[in-house]
Amino acid sequence: MNQKQKSKVEVALIYLIIIITSIIIFYPLIWTVGMSFNQGTSLYSSSLIPENFSLEHYKWLFSEQSDYLIWYKNSLIVSISVAFGSVILTSLVAYAFSRYQFVGKKNALYIFLLLQMFPVMMAMVALYIFLNMIGMLDTLTGLILVYLGGQIPFNAWLVKGYFDTIPRELDEAAKIDGAGHLRVFWSIMLPLAKPILAVVALFNFMMPLFDFLLPSIILSSQDNYTLAVGLFNFINDQFANNFTRFAAGSILIAVPVATVYLFLQRFLISGLTAGGTKG
Amino acid sequence: MDHKKDKHKFSNHNPTIATILSILFAGLGQLYNRRFLKGTIFIILELAFLTTLLDSINYGLWGLRTLGTIPGTDHSIRLLVFGVLALIASILLLALYVFNVLDARNQAIKLKDGWKAKGFKDTIIDFYDSAFPYLMTVPGLLLMIFVVIFPLMFSILLAFTNYTLYNSPPRNLVDWVGFQNFIELVSVPIWQDTFISVLAWTIVWTVVATTLQIAVGLFLALIVNDPRIKFKKLIRTIFILPWAVPAFVTILIFSAMFNDDFGAINRDIIIPLLGGDGIPWLSEPFYARTAVILIQTWLGFPFIFALFTGVLQSISKDWYEAADVDGGSRLQKFRFITFPHIMFATAPLLIMQYAQNFNNFNIIYLFNEGGPPVRGQNAGGTDILISWVYKLTFETNNYAMAAVISLIMGLIISGFAFYQFRQTKSFKEEGEL
Repeated sequence: MNQKQKSKVEVALIYLIIIITSIIIFYPLIWTVGMSFNQGTSLYSSSLIPENFSLEHYKWLFSEQSDYLIWYKNSLIVSISVAFGSVILTSLVAYAFSRYQFVGKKNALYIFLLLQMFPVMMAMVALYIFLNMIGMLDTLTGLILVYLGGQIPFNAWLVKGYFDTIPRELDEAAKIDGAGHLRVFWSIMLPLAKPILAVVALFNFMMPLFDFLLPSIILSSQDNYTLAVGLFNFINDQFANNFTRFAAGSILIAVPVATVYLFLQRFLISGLTAGGTKG
Repeated sequence: MDHKKDKHKFSNHNPTIATILSILFAGLGQLYNRRFLKGTIFIILELAFLTTLLDSINYGLWGLRTLGTIPGTDHSIRLLVFGVLALIASILLLALYVFNVLDARNQAIKLKDGWKAKGFKDTIIDFYDSAFPYLMTVPGLLLMIFVVIFPLMFSILLAFTNYTLYNSPPRNLVDWVGFQNFIELVSVPIWQDTFISVLAWTIVWTVVATTLQIAVGLFLALIVNDPRIKFKKLIRTIFILPWAVPAFVTILIFSAMFNDDFGAINRDIIIPLLGGDGIPWLSEPFYARTAVILIQTWLGFPFIFALFTGVLQSISKDWYEAADVDGGSRLQKFRFITFPHIMFATAPLLIMQYAQNFNNFNIIYLFNEGGPPVRGQNAGGTDILISWVYKLTFETNNYAMAAVISLIMGLIISGFAFYQFRQTKSFKEEGEL
């Protein structure tokens, strides 16, 4: 076998691997789409290509009986608040850590590093009892506050890493021209750090949207459910019975989210490597 | 020079007196230094503290010590919450007090050396300058204290109590039991068996699932990056899809697909190809474990793929050309150019992947709720430590034991964090890529 033939075989093999991988990726996704168009709610009688194509599950989701739209709204409220709040909180913290010397700075950074590894799960009991005591259990506000506090250790590192790459000469020059601390922050740091702040906002928009654990513990009434909890309950009660409905509900959230992700994934990766590795 | 020093107004000023005064009562030292405004503020703060907060902190610390004394009236767990909060408050106040003493002392020394205090306005500006970083961090810090630090302290303390479903307030009092829970975990057979098998599976799960997703991601990134391959953009978009779809959705879908009876995997793939009755994916621990590892690989490789693709594109072509000139084989090029580059740029993120899978509650719980059940154990076949903690807490309400296991997890995670810390430190020393 000469060099050219060998190369051709290699390329063919690579394409074969790519095709197989693509099939493995698409199979469950297409299967879900197929399920959502099946009539009835039983998985037994459902098939990948529906025999009786129907939109009944989609119609049901938007009907009076379902809370789907309320959950959708709750999820958006939580996600948008957490996205905005996290950008404000973490950029303030990261600015202080990147540009100022103060007592306990170094230790605080190590503590952040340690805390970002700890799972929320470890804090669950205490959070549950505490939220109960201050009357924030089963409220979206309580959920939002927990998310906001929990994201700080990780994102503060990320944003601090990025702030560190912005030349200090810029803010020193501005200070000589009479700009105050907040002014430097607002007119120099924030505009220059837009890429990483966009990444933080996106992360914190997506995270509550996908999270199941925390809302399932904090929220208990149907009206306050977020999408993840609500959809899980579709299939949790009687598994096979509502799966097609779950499939329809999932597609309506997965399609917009996936589209946004595919557009922005380049940002996400570059943000992570820029902020993350420089530590 | 000495002569000059002797002459100024504060030459007899004694830093020790300032220190002692400010220890006696916050603010007195500042008054002695003639910083009247600052001194008054400190005095007012301490008075306010003595009249209002002292009582509740005292009560909190008493509760922390005793966990209540009268069953039915004292709610031990509430007392524990107050106690932890009181502890945090005392630490903060202590820090403030130390700051007050140091401030008085430093200023007295400066005064003695002939430093002239600035006017009122300059003092305010100075204060703003030095307080600014603290002001910036306060909102985030407060939230973190309540949401992260307080709950962690609380669960650590809980591990040393006997708080369970059968011994819970308000009916009963919870007591401190020292290390009894830890001893039970390793000596009572059912706990011992469960703990060892769950721990072993957690380690296997973390290592195998994470390594597999990194290996698959790396392999695919390498072959798609091959210059002979066309449609790169399309292929990359397809390969990132599993990352873009919400994970809780895909896990639940897989859970239905792997269903023993009517799942698509058995019905459409295994039975037509291999015959038989299909594989018991959900009811046999071995198959359930295989299934979660496969699903995690499906879910996790796209992130690694995207990460490595970014790094691969940033490696300069000169390296490879130089290697070609020297007659380097493909394997050598990978080993000495590609691999070091990739690892150098992504090592901390890869370690985070291991930590994330160690804590990957979602996939374990949503796939099969940690099942299938295993005889002689109180955790399921796919339960990892974190999902076991969840079950102990919210299903069997064995809070104390859940806290013990959380604590052990915390220790393991600190190991990860320590390693991560060393990594980032070495990064700093080696400079940036």
